[in-house]
Amino acid sequence: MPSAVAARNVSHRFGDVVALSDVSIEVPVGTATALVGESGSGKTTLLRCFNRLVEPLSGEIVVRDRNVRDQDVIELRRGIGYVQQHGGLIPHWRVLRNVALVPRLRGQQDVDAKARDALELVGLPSAQFGYRFPHELSGGQRQRVALARSIAARPEVILLDEPFGALDAISRAELQTAFDGLRRKLSVTALLVTHDLAEAARLADQVVVMRQGKIEQRGPMSQLVRAPATEYVAQLIEQARASLQGLLA
Amino acid sequence: MTRRSTRRRVWLVAGLLPVFAAANGAQTGGNRPIVVASKPFGESYLLCEMFAQLLESRGFSVERKPGLGATEIAFRALRSGAIDVYPEYTGTGLIAVLHDSLPDSIAADPRAVFSHISREFEARYQLRWLPPLGFQNTYAIAVTRQTARRYNLKTLSDLGRESPHLLAGFTADFIGRPDGLVGLTRIYGVHPKEVRPLAPAVKYQALAAGAVDVIDGYSTDGLLAKYDLVTLVDDRHFFPPYEAAALLNESFAKRKPEAVTTLALLSNRLTEAVMRQLNRRVEVDGEDVRSVASSELTTLGLINSGPSDLRPNSAGNGGGFYSYLWDRRASLAGMTGRHLELVAVALLAAVIFAIPLGLILERGRRIAEPVIGGLGVLQTIPSIALLAFMIPLLGVGVIPALVALWLYALYPIARGTYSGVRDADPDAVAAAEALGTTPMQRLLLVRLPLAAPVIMSGVRTAAVITVGAATLAAFIGAGGLGEPIVAGLALADTRMILSGALPAAILALLVDGVLALVERVVAPAHRRRALWGKR
Repeated sequence: MPSAVAARNVSHRFGDVVALSDVSIEVPVGTATALVGESGSGKTTLLRCFNRLVEPLSGEIVVRDRNVRDQDVIELRRGIGYVQQHGGLIPHWRVLRNVALVPRLRGQQDVDAKARDALELVGLPSAQFGYRFPHELSGGQRQRVALARSIAARPEVILLDEPFGALDAISRAELQTAFDGLRRKLSVTALLVTHDLAEAARLADQVVVMRQGKIEQRGPMSQLVRAPATEYVAQLIEQARASLQGLLA
Repeated sequence: MTRRSTRRRVWLVAGLLPVFAAANGAQTGGNRPIVVASKPFGESYLLCEMFAQLLESRGFSVERKPGLGATEIAFRALRSGAIDVYPEYTGTGLIAVLHDSLPDSIAADPRAVFSHISREFEARYQLRWLPPLGFQNTYAIAVTRQTARRYNLKTLSDLGRESPHLLAGFTADFIGRPDGLVGLTRIYGVHPKEVRPLAPAVKYQALAAGAVDVIDGYSTDGLLAKYDLVTLVDDRHFFPPYEAAALLNESFAKRKPEAVTTLALLSNRLTEAVMRQLNRRVEVDGEDVRSVASSELTTLGLINSGPSDLRPNSAGNGGGFYSYLWDRRASLAGMTGRHLELVAVALLAAVIFAIPLGLILERGRRIAEPVIGGLGVLQTIPSIALLAFMIPLLGVGVIPALVALWLYALYPIARGTYSGVRDADPDAVAAAEALGTTPMQRLLLVRLPLAAPVIMSGVRTAAVITVGAATLAAFIGAGGLGEPIVAGLALADTRMILSGALPAAILALLVDGVLALVERVVAPAHRRRALWGKR
């Protein structure tokens, strides 16, 4: 299966601090990969390389078979969905206008219809929610809108940075379900940053464990559980034992 | 200067702040009217008006700029050529301008002092003194009869002895001048218990009310007689002679020699007794400066009769304040219009400059705080000082006033723009960036709309500051509602002061109110409903 996105021997530093050290990953088309690790492991930095919010000092980042450096940065970003932890909705725009942002930036046809479709896909009827301001929604609803905004222009790739991290457990479970269904339906390639192993297990085909800018292990969650490659991975899985129960059984 | 050309210059300034100096150059050349000015006290107004009417009676066109700041501002304006002539006093020229100290034998002799300053002004400043008008107006250090009795005060030496028990109310000018308090301290050992700076207009009332014990008056003040005050004798001849005379610019004298001959007709024609009488009519009886000037010129046989449109305003003194305002509605409307013009142009220019500046600083945050801090320091410069600094560069009138107001308005607007844009919803800005907006799109679609309320509150602050500060523009002849305030202060006319202060206050409220509406209109959509109040 060809890779939709890939990082090859990527290294980066912030001043003296090593953020990424010779990192390589491949995300096959239509699959989901989770980057897990504690704060400072480099997972968010790696994610941000794919839409050039971070320009790594060395190595190669490939999106849709081309080095991102050879792509216009604005066009690149418009072609990639993006969801961050605190939705980042534009507060003075109503929901529909927020969702229509990328289709409008890309000059697509039927912007309004695309925005309504996207809202329905995340489970928010546009007639009911389309004309509200973000502050009139609950936290879970706002993340749904952010998710809708990221897929409204039907990108092939979507990047998610702790997208459900700030939500309560029930909203998080609901959103995970919604996202998983949505991703499979649109067969979009997803790269997801999370510190929650259970979330990674649930949503991703492949899990990449990072620590201090290096990859500890990568592979399906079942493989990580069965055969942790390092002490650190084993420890991580041990800590998450309770929430991984279904998989471990 | 005609109203239209002024307006044109006003708008020129809005677009082209850096070319002030050039615009100022244009104003001094050509066939402009003779600019006759005065300092901000009654006698100076009166002499200025007499110069002006005398010149007009001989066919010269004249522009009046009465009430210029104080010695420093009037003198700088004259040197820069922004004004052509104003009445000055020889002693002031000697001590406050030249800073010369002469041997006692010369300093006490009016003729010797006059020839000394004539020579020195010509050599140092290319300014010319016309022969004195005939009277002296020296400082009169005055106390009430009661205070004089209680402390046995007859001379300034007595004052030096008793001063630790006394409260002094001196004009700011006097406190700082070497021929003022500084010299009194040096020569007579005057160390009052406390020195309060007082405006010329209020010092007599303050003395009469017992708020202060000793003031600096002028020997020709009409109010000295009204309040029955005791003038202390200068027993050690500290004060130099203060002969009043026309001080004029050499280049004006070369350009219009006949005007100089005309002004010289007043030389040696006014006695101290006459001057005290004239000042009394203006300051105590509330007679109009123009009618007093024309009646005296007529008495002297220098003009045939006063201009027909002049009525003494003593009739107006009988009516209430509102009828006083009503009688002056045309000129008040004109001054309000000029005031608004000053405010609008300065504010607009400040908005045009400070908003982009705030945006640039937001992109280069390392220099932001020093730059904005520098603008903040400008706020601490007293308006009068700032106006005085500008005279050598920009002359007097509308342009330096606009520049000063513009400088004062920059800080709140730049600060508001910088902080507003910097702090605009960081999550929304980050998401917009990640989704492929250009920096310009982020600025226009996200950051500026979110920063609008903060920017607008900066603009509102600037507007209210500007309305207030614009009253001081009158000190450098820019007109506006400060004109009746400055003139009222000089002539001790409370109603005149209020006729400027009240509209200025109302204007401040109106401007703030209008901008409050603008603020609602530009508020980001999700906050607008809250701002409009109840649903």
